[in-house]
Amino acid sequence: MEYETVIGLEVHVQLSTKSKIFCASSTEFGADPNEHVDALTLGMPGSLPVLNKTVVDYAIMLGLAMNCEIRNFNRFARKHYFYPDLPKGYQISQFEEPICERGYINVSFSPDSQRPIGIKRIHMEEDAGKNIHDMRTEASLIDLNRAGVPLLEIVSEPDIRSPAEAACYLRAVRQICRYLRISDGNMEEGSLRCDANISLRPVGEMKFGTRTEIKNINSFRFVEKALEYETARQLSLLKAGKQIRQETLLFDSASGSTRPMRGKEESSDYRYFPDPDLPPVVVEERWIREIRSQMPKLPEQISKELVEIYGLTPYDAGVLTSERDNVDFYLAVYDVCQNAKAACNWVTSELFGALNQQGLDISTSPVNAANLGALIKLIDSEIISGKMAKSVFEEMFKTSASPQEIVEKQGLKQITSEDEILSIIRQVFDANPSQLKSLLEGNDRLHGFFVGQVMKSTGGSANPKKVNELISREAQRLAGK
Amino acid sequence: MIGEDEVKKIALLSHLNLEEGESVSLANELNSILGYVDKLQKLDTTSVEPTSHVHGSKNIMRPDVTSPSMPTELALSNTPELSGRFIKVPIIIEQNGEN
Repeated sequence: MEYETVIGLEVHVQLSTKSKIFCASSTEFGADPNEHVDALTLGMPGSLPVLNKTVVDYAIMLGLAMNCEIRNFNRFARKHYFYPDLPKGYQISQFEEPICERGYINVSFSPDSQRPIGIKRIHMEEDAGKNIHDMRTEASLIDLNRAGVPLLEIVSEPDIRSPAEAACYLRAVRQICRYLRISDGNMEEGSLRCDANISLRPVGEMKFGTRTEIKNINSFRFVEKALEYETARQLSLLKAGKQIRQETLLFDSASGSTRPMRGKEESSDYRYFPDPDLPPVVVEERWIREIRSQMPKLPEQISKELVEIYGLTPYDAGVLTSERDNVDFYLAVYDVCQNAKAACNWVTSELFGALNQQGLDISTSPVNAANLGALIKLIDSEIISGKMAKSVFEEMFKTSASPQEIVEKQGLKQITSEDEILSIIRQVFDANPSQLKSLLEGNDRLHGFFVGQVMKSTGGSANPKKVNELISREAQRLAGK
Repeated sequence: MIGEDEVKKIALLSHLNLEEGESVSLANELNSILGYVDKLQKLDTTSVEPTSHVHGSKNIMRPDVTSPSMPTELALSNTPELSGRFIKVPIIIEQNGEN
């Protein structure tokens, strides 16, 4: 029997606010342990939460970007469980009434295959602290800096059909968050974390199979690996006629396998109830309009414009829109030179290549967009040749100087004046009488020889197109005499 | 009606250690409280919105601005055991999946 994989992801995105969700302690990453801890973080009696407005702004923004309905009347709920990284004994979250629901995002699984993936809900909640387990001393060490950092949990519909699709979806979520600048989406630092629900069912079957949940997967590669392992594990159980046990698993990246988590409380035991310390949040239409007006264009929209208006290939559009900074840079280059294709080539091959080699990214590029645009303009107006431009670019990358300065300083200007080129051609003809004779007798191979000679005698600075034309014209003139 | 088993389960979830026989007396106490709730349940509330918050305020929020946290020494002064600036607790394993 053929089986189909059904996957849904729960993604936790850490928001890049300055302060925590319910108190004014800093969210700075990498501070000394327990540096950003106050009475509320510690769950001290009498401390009260006050909601950070920016968290709601970001939740609305992400909801709009993911085509969700935004809930008007919002409440927070307490989710109870005991764990040392959660001093209050409950996590403040949203339960039955998430701020965003029923959305979707279009995910490209390859340049020509795109499908919407449903977004079931997005809700606001607080993060827990961090535990370090020390096997040697049989102790766990708790750092509460992260406790109370705002999170958005994005729950997809079970619309994903393979581990590779899951990775694409996760990348798309990260890309949107980064475009909106609501999170850095850094998986290594834990700003983006992922739980995956996975089940198999016979192809054609409508009912879902029994699912397992893999917790806390912390890299794009591991998402794919964990889901591949779990697909194979479930498949071999089903093929052997065995049952899948509904359970929560951890992915062990060292062995590349999943194993059951121990002693987790059942979700019905979380004893959710509305948090009486937090008044409701009412999101009026005006608030939504205000957020919408602040939203940047999203990658899907920009990508479409790059193909339809700028005439780029879908592949190039994909490369440019991978990061908002990249496409902003490209558009700034285009603004200066008005040459879409050349701007794309220079940004994606020359600039990205040089940046990669130096371990830099676009935000630390020594060449700015205005200068790269100016360089392309110099080529298009035939002041320098494409070949010269490469060496000018190298110099720009080294010194951050403008192309005009470099061209001036190195005397690199291309010779485009017809008179000037003609006089050089005549000198070269005079110096090579036998080859000239052969050319005039119709030996076209010598045309290339003369182009080469002219380029050589000008140090490569003559406009090759003009040289070509003028040699033909001059040869015709001499032959007709 | 709340039975002894339910009291024991709630105690477990709340990390409360009950003395011998306490679950029976607690079940009785809880039942008398819930008996009163039963009385309230009989009231007609069809025209009343469910309440999660009593004083009717809404959208109480603060701007995203930081202010200094507690000095770490003070924040950690109730901690039974420290390891450097970390809070030290008996080892917890495999359960780090809560969000």
